[in-house]
Amino acid sequence: MKFNRKLLAGLAAAAAIGLGAPSLSAQDAPKSIKIGYAISKTGPNAGGANITQIPNYQLWVQEVNAKGGLMLKQYGKRIPIEIVEYDDRSNSEEAVRAVERLIEQDKVDLLLPPWGTGINLAVGPTFNKHGFPQLTFSAVTDRAPELAKRWPNSFWFLGTSKQYIDALVDLLVKLRKEGKINDQIAMVSVADGFGIDLSKAARAGFEKAGFKIVFDKSYPIGTQDMSPIIGEAQRSKADTFVAFSYPPDTVAITDQARLTAYAPKVMFTGVGTGFPLFPQRFGDNVEGIISLGGWSRDNKATMEYREKIRKLVNRDPDYWGSQIGYASLQMLEQAIERVGKIDRPAIIKELQIGTFDTVLGKIKLENNQPKDAFWLIGQWQNGVFTGVAPHRAGAADFIVPKPAWKK
Amino acid sequence: MSARNVSIAVALAALVVALAFVPSVANGYQLSLAINIMNYTVLATAWTLFSGPTRYVSLATVAFFGIGAYTVAVLGEVLAWPLVLLVAFAIGFVLSLFVGLATLRLSGVYFVIFTFGLAELVRQLVTWYEVNVTRTLGRYVFVDITTEQIYWQLLALAVVVFLSGWLIQRSKLGLALRVIGDDEAVARHVGINTTLAKVVLFAFSASFMTLAGAVMAPRWTYIDPAIAFNPVVSFQVLIMALLGGVQRLYGPVFGVIPLVMLFEVLLAKFPNHFSIMVGIAFLLIVYAIPRGIVGLIEGAQLSLFRMKGAKA
Repeated sequence: MKFNRKLLAGLAAAAAIGLGAPSLSAQDAPKSIKIGYAISKTGPNAGGANITQIPNYQLWVQEVNAKGGLMLKQYGKRIPIEIVEYDDRSNSEEAVRAVERLIEQDKVDLLLPPWGTGINLAVGPTFNKHGFPQLTFSAVTDRAPELAKRWPNSFWFLGTSKQYIDALVDLLVKLRKEGKINDQIAMVSVADGFGIDLSKAARAGFEKAGFKIVFDKSYPIGTQDMSPIIGEAQRSKADTFVAFSYPPDTVAITDQARLTAYAPKVMFTGVGTGFPLFPQRFGDNVEGIISLGGWSRDNKATMEYREKIRKLVNRDPDYWGSQIGYASLQMLEQAIERVGKIDRPAIIKELQIGTFDTVLGKIKLENNQPKDAFWLIGQWQNGVFTGVAPHRAGAADFIVPKPAWKK
Repeated sequence: MSARNVSIAVALAALVVALAFVPSVANGYQLSLAINIMNYTVLATAWTLFSGPTRYVSLATVAFFGIGAYTVAVLGEVLAWPLVLLVAFAIGFVLSLFVGLATLRLSGVYFVIFTFGLAELVRQLVTWYEVNVTRTLGRYVFVDITTEQIYWQLLALAVVVFLSGWLIQRSKLGLALRVIGDDEAVARHVGINTTLAKVVLFAFSASFMTLAGAVMAPRWTYIDPAIAFNPVVSFQVLIMALLGGVQRLYGPVFGVIPLVMLFEVLLAKFPNHFSIMVGIAFLLIVYAIPRGIVGLIEGAQLSLFRMKGAKA
């Protein structure tokens, strides 16, 4: 892998020289721009890292190097990217050390973030101490605004859990007003970081909006038998079913609901709903299911991006973090090229104030977080996980009630 | 004290002073490598403190380490730092007394399995509490402790662990433990209160591990049960101690340094094949050096001595 990348970088460099970009300072130019990352290649985080993050890194480096590299005005030419990668083994301490190693031993010019909330927070102080931009796109934390202040070099693309709940609550309030659903909600959540954070925010949000949570249960991580949970939810008479689940439970819950023909009018499932495995497993039955994330189906760039990822790794990207991550890499690329040299404080500054063209459209950050740049809630519609909330131009109409299960 | 002992003491003191200056010469990466070595030195030595003489193999290291880390997560922003450490030590001590009383009647493989289960039990209890009571999983540790300070604290802790180990070995308790290690039935027959001896030592060993967890916690900013109670830590400590050799208190150091370095090299050269490489390394260690590096050295010394004897 490493060898291939070097080869690729070398070929790209050769191509650049062959094209003959004449420049005065070309001799001083470094052979490559070193970009490093430590990510979970083994351990419990490897699954998420492999779907959402690593393909983005591969695609981005491939594309940039195909162009000859990053255009640095300082040298008046394109300089290819060379990648240094480590496995953090899903361990915070390993991640901190690997990042320090990248900075001090490998002397990388820039870093890409690791996967997951915990590990991104663990390496936060190190990125900050050495002044490296940290563009996280697999971390959801309610402390995002505070962290951006504490570490001005850190960017939190996925935002806070409250943000997602607000969008969901708005959507439900609208449906209730239209008389399409009753005011009862059945909620289940996995007893782990994601499930606890979101169910806590949801409990507050639902109650404030006048909904009754008639069934509220958490289950331990790794639970496989969802029949009691689905059974109780079914008996609760709630029109809305919300599950803050992890990928294996998302599949188990959907499976069980289909088996017992449990078809709530609104069905929300957690992480994994936007993963490629979900439609692969359930086919047309995914129609109407909602979750976090979502794409604009009429955005051509989005569909091109999906094709590129398909070609690269033979599967779809996930419909939540993937595209946002790719957009963050595009922003990084543009910020570097605008600054024209590897000047990290200037790159951070540009990321904070600049406006960027990305696969998601134009993005300008506010307090190191994108605002209204992507969909918070999406729904499977005609085979595409389509953005339906928050309510703004381009949001698709919400399909309610969820179609009955097909055998 | 003989002249030889004095010179050893002076040399060790000089070594500690020299180590204290590591942060002023090392860059960030080297310092974090030093922290890693120091952390595992404390853990593996604390492990040997109990498991060496008694021959009880414990996989509970991370249970105590994680409790220390969690103490910081809960109290780090509330109490002054020395108090936090004191509380961590106290919690580790009390908990290990209970655990020790309940389990040290077990022996052999039952004890191994129990200690492994203990780490998982503590982790599930913490998870249950966080899910059902505080309703947050994952705590933030924003304490103003620099990397240098973490290193110095670990160094100080290592000194304390070695000193206590040395004192214990010279005490009646140390003698009692060696008898227990050789034959527990005999120990009971000669009137040693075996349970008391084992429990006290277990409690000391565990509280040092708890302290190590507390000292390390500020490095991670964010802690959840999966991070704090990562079972890999227990296995690494065990294999490091075994590689170094558990017959001597200083033995584990000879296991910690090469293994930390080995992991570092494997991680850099084989980021995609790390696990299989580590597995192979472990197999080699167990088959090739069953008595550890210290055993190897002492064996070599012994045969050298015999050779000299034969010549004379």
